[in-house]
Formats: sequence, C-alpha cells, structure tokens
Amino acid sequence: MIYFQLFLAFLRVGFFSFGGGMAALPLIEKEVVDTYQWLSNGEFLELVTLSELTPGPIGINCATFTGFKVTGIWGSVVATSAFCLPSMLLVSLVFRFLSYFKENAVVQHFLRGLRPAVIALIGIAAYSLAQKGIKDWFAIILGIVAFIFVYWKKVDPILLLLLSGVAGLIWYGV
Amino acid sequence: MLPLIKREIVEKKKVLTDEEFIEGLSVAQSLPGAVAINTACFVGRKVRGIAGMLVSVLGASLPSFLIILLITSFFLQYRQLEVVQNFFRGATPAIVALIAGAVVDIGKSALNDWEDLIIAFFLFFLLFFLELHPLWIVLIGGILGVVRRK
Repeated sequence: MIYFQLFLAFLRVGFFSFGGGMAALPLIEKEVVDTYQWLSNGEFLELVTLSELTPGPIGINCATFTGFKVTGIWGSVVATSAFCLPSMLLVSLVFRFLSYFKENAVVQHFLRGLRPAVIALIGIAAYSLAQKGIKDWFAIILGIVAFIFVYWKKVDPILLLLLSGVAGLIWYGV
Repeated sequence: MLPLIKREIVEKKKVLTDEEFIEGLSVAQSLPGAVAINTACFVGRKVRGIAGMLVSVLGASLPSFLIILLITSFFLQYRQLEVVQNFFRGATPAIVALIAGAVVDIGKSALNDWEDLIIAFFLFFLLFFLELHPLWIVLIGGILGVVRRK
C-alpha cells in the first residue's frame, strides 16, 4: 500500500512538473508534506537544501530521499521510477507525432500558457520555504545578504549555500 | 549540464546530428519532468527504440539516485545533531534567496507582457489563499494559454 502511494505521488509530480526543479517544489511539498505527511516541514527544508548541494535533477533527489525515508531502498526505487515514468511515456508519444506536436496550435498555446504558472509556482515555493525556515532576525539579514549576492550573480549557488550554512554554525553555535 | 550531454551524444559518440540534438532538446524542455531525463529518453528512443530509452534513463538517473541514497542513509541518522541543524538553519535563507532570484529572473521576461504578469499574480493568489494543488495551477495556466491563443 505504501509503495502504491509513493508510486502515485511521484507519478503526479512527474506528470505536472513543468518548468524545471524549482517550479516542481510546491508540487512535491503538497504530496510529501501535506497529503501523505512523509516528511516534516524541517525535513522538507533539509531535502531542498541537500538537492541544491548535490548534482542531479531535484525531482530525482526528492523521490530518492522520500522513498528511502518512508520504506528504505525499495521505496527509493519505486518513487524514482514513478517520477521518470511520465517522461518516458510522453517522450515516446511525442516521438511518434513529433511534427504534430511542434505544429499543433493548441499544444503550443498550452505550453506558452505555462509561463505565468511557472512564475507563480516558483514564487509560492520561495514564500513557503521562507515561512518554514526564516524565524529570527539573523535569518532575515542572512537572506537579504544572500539575495543581493544572487541578484548580482557574483557567487556560485553551492558556495553561497555552504557559506550561509557556516554563518549559521557561527551564529547559532557549533 | 547540457553541454556535457551534447559532448557525449553529438561529438564523441556521434549518435545524433547537431540538428537532431537541438530538436530533441526543445522537446525535452517543453515536456514535464527533469530535462536531463527527458533528453536521455529522446536520445535513447532515437538510437535504439524503447530498450534504448530504458537504458539511457537508467544511466541518467542512477548517479543521482546512488549519491542521494548514500547521503540520505547517513543524514537520517545524524540530522538531529545540533551542528547539523544549525548548518541547515543557516543555509535556509540562502535557499530562499536562490529561489527568489529565480522568480525575479523569470519574472523579468514576463514584465514585457502585462497579461502574463497579471495571470502569474492570479495563479499565485490561488496557491496562497485557496492552497490549490499545484497541478491545478499548471492546468489552469495551460488552459488560459489556449483560450488566449498566444
């Protein structure tokens, strides 16, 4: 039963995660934290941080982590396969009808219409993580400083995360 | 990551031409799921059919899968330690900053298009106040795109 739930949850994530890993975060959070309560808010935050620190797609990282937390290695296998399945189905389908896919007006309008949806999804992801993880003045200041660095594109994201984590260790204690 | 895939597929192994690769990439980016996985599906399917697709998806997902499996098995044992918690407490504002930066980056391209911007706000409020499942946001956005015919 739990395997079936893992399968369905990550199948939904796989089918609807348009626009990259960050836009998929609200979808993953909805399934993993709200609906099935496999991860706590804190664990979800840690998962997002770990996903950014490691190579590979966010969807794969989240599926593997959640599956393992819930039922161990076979949970990881089921969740990760479920996440990849829609890609395989849709690529096979599109592959057969490639010219139709590229020229069909409805398909192209639909895909074009996803742009504002992706902005809204990434926006709510930022809000939700801030609400869960920014709880004191130090975190607010750290967030503003980090945003300035991100905005001016002066620092590598992984280095920024590591430096920010070290700042956390210095401020909150080792 | 994409230059890496291109070097393997087009330049070293020569299983796709430049044009085929670009075509596959544009499809991979427009479909849901991870771009790396979608690209692997496309390349595998093109070269060796369904079996080729299965093998290339396995190849594209296995490294991340194994790395996360290894990290997770350690992490779940040690996450309660204060030093680990404090590191993550510090890293969280940076994650929020990275994601907020992505909103600004992508939002800038929508600034030239007021209709897109208004719809983005509308969809954000649906998520914020009604807490709709994000899959509905994807569907509503797509359907509004079809209705607007743009």
